[in-house]
Amino acid sequence: MFWWRRKKSKDKAKERLQLVLAYDRAKLAPGQMEALKEDLLAVLARYFPADAKKVEIEFEQRGERVVLIADIPIRQ
Amino acid sequence: MQARAIVVTSGKGGVGKTTTTANIGAALAMEGEKVAVIDVDVGLRNLDVVMGLEGRVVFDLIDVLEGRCKMRQALIRDKRVENLYLLPASQTKDKASLDPKIFRAVVKHLIEDENFDRVLIDSPAGIERGFQTAAAPAEGALVVVNPEVSSVRDADRIIGLLEAGGVEENRLIVNRIRPKMVRRGDMLSVEDIGEILGLGLIGIVPEDEGILVSTNVGEPVVLRKEKTPAGEEFRNIARRIRGEKVPFPNLDEEGGFWGSLRRLFGGGR
Repeated sequence: MFWWRRKKSKDKAKERLQLVLAYDRAKLAPGQMEALKEDLLAVLARYFPADAKKVEIEFEQRGERVVLIADIPIRQ
Repeated sequence: MQARAIVVTSGKGGVGKTTTTANIGAALAMEGEKVAVIDVDVGLRNLDVVMGLEGRVVFDLIDVLEGRCKMRQALIRDKRVENLYLLPASQTKDKASLDPKIFRAVVKHLIEDENFDRVLIDSPAGIERGFQTAAAPAEGALVVVNPEVSSVRDADRIIGLLEAGGVEENRLIVNRIRPKMVRRGDMLSVEDIGEILGLGLIGIVPEDEGILVSTNVGEPVVLRKEKTPAGEEFRNIARRIRGEKVPFPNLDEEGGFWGSLRRLFGGGR
């Protein structure tokens, strides 16, 4: 039927919920993520050169647990 | 559920806590339990009107807590069903005496001295002192949630607070589900909500116009003669609380002519 074509709003609701709960459960305001990123980079810089512009940090749902994923490309 | 003192809570307001408390309380009494329902929403009394007992309120919870009357004077006996009692909230703004310790003693007294099988506590919305007090005597909780982002988010907070406070036997009631919207993919499903909150499910209550009708006349749906979908499920929830294995309503089945036609052609979902 025709409604199969559009993305279901409940999927969007679920995605948004999982993300907002990840922050809630970690007691971290989404705005603080940028500060975490900067702190992390400052520490990393002492060991190796990271490509600051391409760094991505985010929460991800993995089954029962929420994990912090940091994708940090090394400058070569 | 083993828990005899059960708090009905949600975090978010307006999801159906009071209706749930009234109906499950009445349904448990219909199953033969001696039940007290307590309204802890001090200042915003509601459980009495939902149950249709507002005309008989003389004393309230605060009067009991402050020793102005005896417990038995404040308890209102519901005449429509054996062994159902209401302890109404106070309308005063002064909540100073609503102390978690004292309230815990009150509930303990009901169970140990007045022989109540079950005490259902209608918690106020929010996560403030009123909620903390309502949850203090509870051994278990019925967390009421609507299939909607903000309600699920608040429920998650509440579950965290309950667990931190040592309330351990917690079950989920998904209220106001609209099967049609779920089938269309425009409403979070019961499975989604259960997965996100990680709480055992004990009830799936469909949206039901009968609820408003019953609130209009002050008679919980479970006590009404006409059967309604929500009323049936509230009665089933009471049985599940008592440990009976009652299957959940099947929301996938579409009723009526169009439903059978769609099933026939295998489409529609």
